[in-house]
Amino acid sequence: MKQVFWSLAALLSHWRKHPASLVTLLMGLSIATALWSGVQALNTQARNSYNQAAAIFTQGNSQNIIAQQGGYFNQDLFIRLRRSGAKVSPIIEGRIYLQKKELKIIGVDPITTPKNLSVELVHSLKSSFDLIDKAGKAFISPETLQGLGSKSDDRLKTDRGILLPPLQPLSSVPPGVIITDIGIAQNTLARAGKLSRLVVDQRNNLNSEQVSRLTNNSLRLVAPDDSNDLTRLTDSFHLNLTAFGMLAFVVGFFIVNASVGLAFEQRLPTLRTLRALGAPAYLLVFGMLIEIAAFTLIAGLIGVTGGYLIAQELLPNVAASLEGLYGAQISSRLALDKNWFFSAFAMAGSGALLANTAGLVKTLRLPVLNVAKPIAWREINHGYLRRQALLAFLAIVIAVLTYSLGKNLLSGFAFMACGLLGTAMLLPFILALLLLVGESQSQQPLLRWLFADGRQEIPGLSLALMALLLTLSANIGIGGMVTGFRETFLAWLDERLIAEIYYETATADDARKIEAWAQSDREIDAILPVWRAKTLIENQPVELMGMTFHDTYIRHFPLLSSKENVWENLHSNDSILISEQLARRLNINIDDVLNLPTGDKDWRVTIAGIFPDYGNPKGQIRIDHDRLALHFTDASRTHYSLRVAARSTGSVMARMKAVHGEKIIRIVDQEEVKKISIGIFEKTFMITGALNTLMLIVSAVALFTSLLTLSNLRLRQVAPVWAIGVSRQILAAIELARILIFAAGVALVAIPLGVFITWGLVTIINVIAFGWRLPMHIYPMHWLMVFITSLLTALLASLVPVIQLARSKPIDLLKGFTDAR
Amino acid sequence: MRAKYIIAPPLLLICLTSNAFSEENMNFLSQEKKEFETPIPGGQIIFPKDHGAHTKFRTEWWYLTTNLRGDDGKEYGCQWTLFRHASEPLTRNGWEDRTMWMGHAAITSENKHLYTETLARGGVGQAAVENDPFNAFIDDWSFTALDNNFSKALVTASADDFSYRLHLESTMPFVLQGVAGYSLKSEQGQASYYYSQPFFRVDGELKINKRSVHVVGQGWMDREWSSQILAPDQKGWDWFSLHLSDGSKVMLFRLRGNLTYLSGNWIMPNGDTTALTANEIKLEPLEETKIDRHLVPTRWRVNILSHHLLIETTPLNPNSWMSVSFPYWEGPISFTGTSQGTGYLEMTGY
Repeated sequence: MKQVFWSLAALLSHWRKHPASLVTLLMGLSIATALWSGVQALNTQARNSYNQAAAIFTQGNSQNIIAQQGGYFNQDLFIRLRRSGAKVSPIIEGRIYLQKKELKIIGVDPITTPKNLSVELVHSLKSSFDLIDKAGKAFISPETLQGLGSKSDDRLKTDRGILLPPLQPLSSVPPGVIITDIGIAQNTLARAGKLSRLVVDQRNNLNSEQVSRLTNNSLRLVAPDDSNDLTRLTDSFHLNLTAFGMLAFVVGFFIVNASVGLAFEQRLPTLRTLRALGAPAYLLVFGMLIEIAAFTLIAGLIGVTGGYLIAQELLPNVAASLEGLYGAQISSRLALDKNWFFSAFAMAGSGALLANTAGLVKTLRLPVLNVAKPIAWREINHGYLRRQALLAFLAIVIAVLTYSLGKNLLSGFAFMACGLLGTAMLLPFILALLLLVGESQSQQPLLRWLFADGRQEIPGLSLALMALLLTLSANIGIGGMVTGFRETFLAWLDERLIAEIYYETATADDARKIEAWAQSDREIDAILPVWRAKTLIENQPVELMGMTFHDTYIRHFPLLSSKENVWENLHSNDSILISEQLARRLNINIDDVLNLPTGDKDWRVTIAGIFPDYGNPKGQIRIDHDRLALHFTDASRTHYSLRVAARSTGSVMARMKAVHGEKIIRIVDQEEVKKISIGIFEKTFMITGALNTLMLIVSAVALFTSLLTLSNLRLRQVAPVWAIGVSRQILAAIELARILIFAAGVALVAIPLGVFITWGLVTIINVIAFGWRLPMHIYPMHWLMVFITSLLTALLASLVPVIQLARSKPIDLLKGFTDAR
Repeated sequence: MRAKYIIAPPLLLICLTSNAFSEENMNFLSQEKKEFETPIPGGQIIFPKDHGAHTKFRTEWWYLTTNLRGDDGKEYGCQWTLFRHASEPLTRNGWEDRTMWMGHAAITSENKHLYTETLARGGVGQAAVENDPFNAFIDDWSFTALDNNFSKALVTASADDFSYRLHLESTMPFVLQGVAGYSLKSEQGQASYYYSQPFFRVDGELKINKRSVHVVGQGWMDREWSSQILAPDQKGWDWFSLHLSDGSKVMLFRLRGNLTYLSGNWIMPNGDTTALTANEIKLEPLEETKIDRHLVPTRWRVNILSHHLLIETTPLNPNSWMSVSFPYWEGPISFTGTSQGTGYLEMTGY
């Protein structure tokens, strides 16, 4: 027992002697854990919000019944099903605007709501007799209520002027949602007698055939998973986020690995001495395992806290991104579970274990009787480089394999990750090569020493430099993609939004009246109906929009590829335009034939053109206005755009509001639509920017900690040069120059690697994840910025070690000669 | 009477306000709603108009209990109930309507008591009572008259584990309870309009867990509507419908408050009635059954002095507990003594 205690004490004393190493190690582990768990917290939070939103309908795996082609259906069908014995409960969903904010309104019938939906929400609904009495109640999440600047029991008017029941905060209501009685919701949405889905009571044994038969094919039964579109749509986004989290973890892990490697080197004499004194190898390994457990505990705790803080800080960005991309509402109050908590510790533990594996194995195999021989840097260098080269080669081979074999998002990420890591692992060679060239080109002894010694420094710094490389190339790569996307998007928006005024009416009847009125208005040049319908192709929702034969489209509507006379084709025969994402998903091209499901049968259409539809998670099809009306009798006939002279926009809009008032749900001019679209776009990439900055900070820390740990060891290398008369100041300057050379080398490698990332994102990841392929852009000015950033990061990180060296005491340098191992 | 007018408001309200029956809820029921009409002595009952819904009254029900014998030689009881409860004395279109509907259905045998409940809002067509011809329905359950004078009717109900389809037939006139249909429920003046058809012959089919059985027997239909609720001190009631061996029918009820309120009606085989007053009726519990945490008197001694009736009733299944929004005991009984026969017993507030 005594032996165990003293062996452990001797092992641990190392950290007392080298507190900087301890701090670095814990910091690296904490940062890696924090970044990873932060990203996981964001993913969990988002998924919880989707589930909460979907739980209203799918709690306890309830099946749902929806219209055959999506959209609203007649309440009579609900009655018909109930009268046939089906225990279903009606629901209407729609969008309303409250103080210019878009909210989802859900109307439920608390009387028939299935018992298996007995979540707090439904309970509250049921317990509120007020819901169906007097004015009723409108349940809303407390934060959404706060966001509206309202308080409990306030009554708000929708932007269409309909007074809502008193608002009632309820935490189980998903954010951005108002839940109220079905009758109230129908009136608010101007959809009297319409429903959007039926929830099936679990006790019911309904099958698809029964539903189709009882409703004459108007409705269909969907499995619980199918109705949660949000989870499916956002999957790619979360995979992207996870990839980012993984990258961040790798960067953090590099720090840990660097400090663990150095710590082991420093502790080697102690280990040998302990073995020589009779401590068995397994005891030492046991001691080191205890050490790892302690690190895990401490770093796990710090990491969890850090992860929480990171998640809290990034949550608004993620929420903005998800809202921009998918219209998904994420709760802004972070709620985490114990799974998340423990997974953070698991991550910290596996990180620490992985980083220590090499050390543990070496300890077990340590030859006791060998004389403690000093390990020259070059010697480690040799073996190290060989191993690294092998790994790099392996990674690149895997990258090539995944590229040629894989076709999904995961293989896309695997390809990029392996390509990235492979290149990063080649970095030491590239740097060594650069230094070799420098050495051969310089005549001055001191300069030659600068380069030669630099090569010896590579193994100690390589992980930190690789981290910097990953960060810089991610910055170049993602920045290039985002900037390119923005340019493409803006140009596309300018062409897509040509009409000056866009409006939506409450009902088709209102639309007809306004259309008739607009025809006699002299300032209005053209009325362009944009009627909409929904259908399902291969079980995925697809939007259909009508187009009239008009110059607005012929001259401006952006197309990626099309037949000759595409517009004549579209309007004179059964041709359609299809969005890029949908064409890709269905794997169809120009002149291909598609069977488009309409109300009762399939309609055979030919693809006449493919158009870009950036940012739309759903597939879209454009068809001739009259054909839409003919084949989709249930199309919503309430969306229109108007062509007017630019200077008349304001006056026409004012007149429309004055004359038609409540008939119009929403009216906006082109400028406003563009502003909204660009706002959404900016929101979409908010999280990307935030994570990029965070990673840059982490890699600066990695570089700093590596330099700091090295600086002590470096004294031995520097001492002889000092002894032959080179001043400490000059030595420090040389040290700085060397680090800047490294940084410049890293930045140079980061540029092609960054372009590789852009290319991968644009041509592989985006295409698989979102379905659109952007033109590839490169931005040399951005590269220059990154180059400067790299130098600045290195300068900042090396400041403390270099100043330390400049101020080091001669006695410390002299020690370099006595500290032989 | 069917003391169901007392049930109906709590049933509907409680299913909206809480799962548990409580005194508090009952107190709420004793508050009179002024805007509704209330039954008045001398108010006339007119057919077929009064088979339909009375929207100016707050609460109403259509009730059928049947004592049946199956081809398998076993005894069965079936219950079919539709309750209407309104928050205002008028109807509106669509979801704005403030009427609530609740259906209860049950099949009871010696060793099974299967029951179910379904709820609906008025105004949208999920539940309603149409008149001329009479048709009361909720979801796929219905009570439909097959001719103009209500001498033939079809009753259906279904649940996950049972369903039934019963043909009713009777040429006897409807029986007015109380004084010409005005049925007093307490000394303080709470009352309802109440009429019955206790002479239905029943022929039908039951399905229990997919097993079908043909049944025949006797049925008792009750119709009652009111707006006045329980007297503040009344906590529950015990209600009997009896088919005597000589073809007479007896309806008895006891309301349990600070004072016990007893009332009843003796119906001769030709349909003539004699009101039974409190001092003619003696009801005495003989045996209690514990169902969950409810202690319910399931065997009774019934003594009607004026008609020399002294019988002891036995439930077909003592566990005939309806664990619905508002739980109560309802099931078929048989009796022996100075007369033999079958009937139904309903008990609430235990």
